[in-house]
Amino acid sequence: MHTPMAVEVPTHPIESSGAVAGLPGVSADFAADKQAFPVPWGKAMMWIFLLSDTFIFTCFLTAYMHVRMSTTVPWPNPSEVFALSLGGEPIPLILIAIMTFILISSSGTMAMAVNYGYRRNRARTASLMLVTAGFGATFVGMQAFEWTKLIVDEGIRPWGNPLGAEQFGASFFMITGFHGMHVSAGVVYLVIVALKVWRGDYERAGGNYEIVEIAGLYWHFVDLVWVFIFAFFYLW
Amino acid sequence: MATAHEGAQHPIRVYLLIWALLFVFSAFSYMVDYLHLQGMLRWSLILLFMFLKAGFIVAVFMHMKWERLALKLAILVPPLCLLVLIGLMAIEGDYTFLTRGTAFSPEAAPAGHAEHGGQ
Repeated sequence: MHTPMAVEVPTHPIESSGAVAGLPGVSADFAADKQAFPVPWGKAMMWIFLLSDTFIFTCFLTAYMHVRMSTTVPWPNPSEVFALSLGGEPIPLILIAIMTFILISSSGTMAMAVNYGYRRNRARTASLMLVTAGFGATFVGMQAFEWTKLIVDEGIRPWGNPLGAEQFGASFFMITGFHGMHVSAGVVYLVIVALKVWRGDYERAGGNYEIVEIAGLYWHFVDLVWVFIFAFFYLW
Repeated sequence: MATAHEGAQHPIRVYLLIWALLFVFSAFSYMVDYLHLQGMLRWSLILLFMFLKAGFIVAVFMHMKWERLALKLAILVPPLCLLVLIGLMAIEGDYTFLTRGTAFSPEAAPAGHAEHGGQ
């Protein structure tokens, strides 16, 4: 698993304790093979990144909670704002429901891609990842449609809207915009990794498909954030 | 691949099952809105389905269930301090609302300021 690295003999000044002194000592300490988690480092680092992202999204959602609690103007009803007329009858929240199902499906195909990656089934891994990226691109497309409808048809702006509390637009554009940015970045990430899987890069590197699982962690996190946005912004 | 957890070799059936469960929970939470449930019932059902979905995604799709306890704790415990932030901001939001109620109500505000609400 962990390939032994060639250790260079340090030519830097040594302290009495035997450790490297000065600035080279800093890099020596940070590069020392002291491992807390017995998982591939890339995976541990992705988890740490996702942890920090959790804090960012929670700050956004908490800010949204605060402005919604403190406004004296009625909050626009998301069930009606995001309704869509299909065949004459407006169906509440239908676009958001479809987007939710699309993102969940993309998580399902991603989980299967990770599984086939560990079985070293290149064709299935790459194609499932591309399907996942396709679902993601569809999601972003529907979000673009939703934004257009809100901005052009309903006149919702970050600083105000005709439906009620001004903070509605600010919260909506910031939270869904940041999430949509994550989905877009994820689509690019998935396509790159999928093409490398397809080309056999990881096969040549010793059949190590950890990167598929790491990309998968990021993708599932994007889905996870949507679960919270769906509950707190659209349903609440 | 000795350290790659056993979870990686689970049958595809597990993922399909969780996928189906997530679909069902999403449908349920959509029904909460569709059936116009209100008040405590609405909020508790939204939270219930949200946590069920989040739990299954983290535990199975992200393989957290099969990780070692040290990693689980390192990732899952720090977000708990966000509960403090949420609690503080809820108190603060409540207070701001009350302040706006007294300071910007039509009786309290000088003429011409009332229709602007809280600025």
